[in-house]
Amino acid sequence: MRDPVKSNLTIRVCMGTGGIAAGGVEVMAVFADRLAGRGIRADIRKHCSIHKVGCRGLCAKDVLVDVILNGDKTTYQFIKPDMVERIIEEHVVGGNPVLEWAVGEDYHQFHDKQVKVVLSDCGNINPEEIDSYISVGGYNALERVIKKMTPAETIALIKKSGLRGRGGAGFPTGVKWEICRSVEASRKYIICNADEGDPGAFMDRSVIEGNPHAVIEGMTVGASAIGADKGYVYIRAEYPLAVERLKNALKQARERSFLGKNILGSGFSFDIRIKLGAGAFVCGEETALIASIEGLRGMPRAKPPFPVHKGLWGQPTVINNVETLANIPYIIRNGAEWYASYGTEKSKGTKVFALTGKIRNSGLIEVPMGIPLREIIYDIGGGIENNRKIKAVQTGGPSGGCIPAELLDITVDFESLARVGSIVGSGGMVVLDETDCMVNIAKFFLQFTQSESCGKCVPCRIGTKRLLEILERVTEGKGRLGDIELLESLANDIKATSLCGLGQTAPNPVLSTIKYFRDEFEAHITKKKCPAGVCRDLLSFVVLKDFCKGCGACKRVCPAGAVTGERKQVHVIDPEVCVKCGACYDACKFKAIGKG
Amino acid sequence: MEKILEKIYQAFIDNEGNIISLLQDIQDEFGYIPEPSVYWFSKRLDVPASRFFGITTFYAQFHLAPRGKNIITTCCGTACHVKGSERLITGLARELDLAEGEHTTDDREFTIEKVNCVGACSIAPVVIINNKIFGKMSSDSLTKEVKNLREGPREK
Ligand SMILES: Cc1cc2nc3c(=O)[nH]c(=O)nc-3n(C[C@H](O)[C@H](O)[C@H](O)COP(=O)(O)O)c2cc1C
Ligand code: SF4
Ligand code: SF4
Ligand code: FES
Repeated sequence: MRDPVKSNLTIRVCMGTGGIAAGGVEVMAVFADRLAGRGIRADIRKHCSIHKVGCRGLCAKDVLVDVILNGDKTTYQFIKPDMVERIIEEHVVGGNPVLEWAVGEDYHQFHDKQVKVVLSDCGNINPEEIDSYISVGGYNALERVIKKMTPAETIALIKKSGLRGRGGAGFPTGVKWEICRSVEASRKYIICNADEGDPGAFMDRSVIEGNPHAVIEGMTVGASAIGADKGYVYIRAEYPLAVERLKNALKQARERSFLGKNILGSGFSFDIRIKLGAGAFVCGEETALIASIEGLRGMPRAKPPFPVHKGLWGQPTVINNVETLANIPYIIRNGAEWYASYGTEKSKGTKVFALTGKIRNSGLIEVPMGIPLREIIYDIGGGIENNRKIKAVQTGGPSGGCIPAELLDITVDFESLARVGSIVGSGGMVVLDETDCMVNIAKFFLQFTQSESCGKCVPCRIGTKRLLEILERVTEGKGRLGDIELLESLANDIKATSLCGLGQTAPNPVLSTIKYFRDEFEAHITKKKCPAGVCRDLLSFVVLKDFCKGCGACKRVCPAGAVTGERKQVHVIDPEVCVKCGACYDACKFKAIGKG
Repeated sequence: MEKILEKIYQAFIDNEGNIISLLQDIQDEFGYIPEPSVYWFSKRLDVPASRFFGITTFYAQFHLAPRGKNIITTCCGTACHVKGSERLITGLARELDLAEGEHTTDDREFTIEKVNCVGACSIAPVVIINNKIFGKMSSDSLTKEVKNLREGPREK
């Protein structure tokens, strides 16, 4: 039913950024070539990255391929070009799926607990074909909104659905639109925030790569509701595939009169331009983003006035996140009640997360708000890699915090994550295990925010630098008594006095790691030990006599000449000379170098 | 150079661009922002050169110095960080004989860069070599790729 092209054979190859990295292009080319060689007609589609990534780790290792023959779907994992011939021979021609290459039980379990709204069509439709989106109901919502509903009705419906912004702050989308609509102005704008600055997340990118038309449709609905005639998508230049698919989708939408002058003959005109971000995290902040579109240095300014009153070029402007906008068409199509039936009382609907780190099935997931964190980790994520012990889950990236293993039973929604000192944020979810050092994680995020601080206000510019310096000395074994307290008081000052969200949230990773892992900080400071064995300066490297084969690899790579030993004899590292670079540890093929 | 700049100028006018998109076009063309191009545009558009430099230094994307023939970009996003991207970078700098703070080799063969999450976290750690993404990178295979590039001609 979802298939726009009537063909009894459909082959879908995952082809997002990761899919291409795994060889998706080659696999697809071999399919096309071999099938053409046999004169078999098939519709070979590109799969979007969502499906690919969402299929967790399976395709992370190789390419995932769906073969749908007369309506029966078989999904194959780890497909390489040289495996294609057998699939065609046995499955396509012979009618017997190659079961040993098909996905297993855990693949299905991965999907069972998920509820897909934003991602529902990603991975099923061809993101480069507008007809593919239309065949699953695409652009129905837009048509209904501009032909049959008043802007007030549209806004009421979105308010009733309970949709809150997915970009971080969780502001109710309908309310934002309503305020902007009520402001009198000659011109208004709507901006889609696709800057996706969280350094561990790729939800927005995958949505645009997998279903760009849903974002365009959502934006156009928003534009008609607030009365905007121009829109911008501010997207990171580091996302070339997403940019390309978006450009293509915009062109197709214009050709079908879903965009441009007099949309669908309704008299409403609206068009969208793409603006490429230039790699500054702070530009995800609304007022900085606006400055960047205006061609200036992306520095935030004080709010109020909020962009809904005074935004781009001084005009009322709505800024919404990609995922927020991609939800809109589905809410209008299926109704506010339907959307509100998912989630908790205050956090409605679903949320997309990028589940990564030390998790078995890493990938993109979409879950109802209010799902217990434990279910995400163990049922969907399949547990921790290498059967290690989970230590914490980091959510919200550089603005967020860590949730320790003891609190795994909390539910995931705006309110309960805030209660334990973290945030939902844009949706990064990084799983950490016992081999991860929490001081190092705090330092990692601080390095990020410190270098991304725009420098406009002193507490953020100097304060993050000071925080980082303290964290650095702690990880280098030069921590002093009282450093923890110093970190805490400095962090609280920065939070209270910074101008924009970057500075106000930058100390969160530090505060939450201290809150739950104070003992790790203490071990670094008083015992000069890194319990997880991560902080290099606190480690020592030794050759393990019983395992050393005397191959000399460590001696060759050691930049300091700290390793000595004759061929085929046990080698020795001189701790006085060793610079603790770890080169020998990486080089030894016999795991004969111990660190601790 | 004059001709190319003129072309960029035309595109700038046609697409009602701004300084950021202009600089992006210059960088696309030359691989970095050559100083003379800034002065050329400063004159042409009657905008002080300092505004251009203010922007190039603010946004991480812009490079004011020419880069190496091969660009090796290591992902330093959160997922890649916990999967050991830092070790890859120290190893790479060692392999290329780069001192701390140096990004381009003396022979301009290699430039190393960092990027935040490229959206392939499930195959972390990720390294991008001349626009091709490599997943589950290890120090060993990275060294091999560097050797291949040193010996063979640049693919593209
Ligand atoms: C430092 C900083 C970075 C941000 N980065 C992003 C981002 O990358 N993407 C995003 O959608 N929102 C980001 N935000 C939040 C936006 O400012 C804004 O709240 C959001 O785009 C509004 O859309 P929503 O209501 O649909 O969530 C950031 C905020 C701050 C303070
Ligand atoms: S808080 Fe930081 S990033 Fe935000 S305006 Fe101040 S200096 Fe700039
Ligand atoms: S690399 Fe390992 S096995 Fe070889 S000499 Fe060094 S410690 Fe021994
Ligand atoms: S963190 Fe490296 S790809 Fe996401």
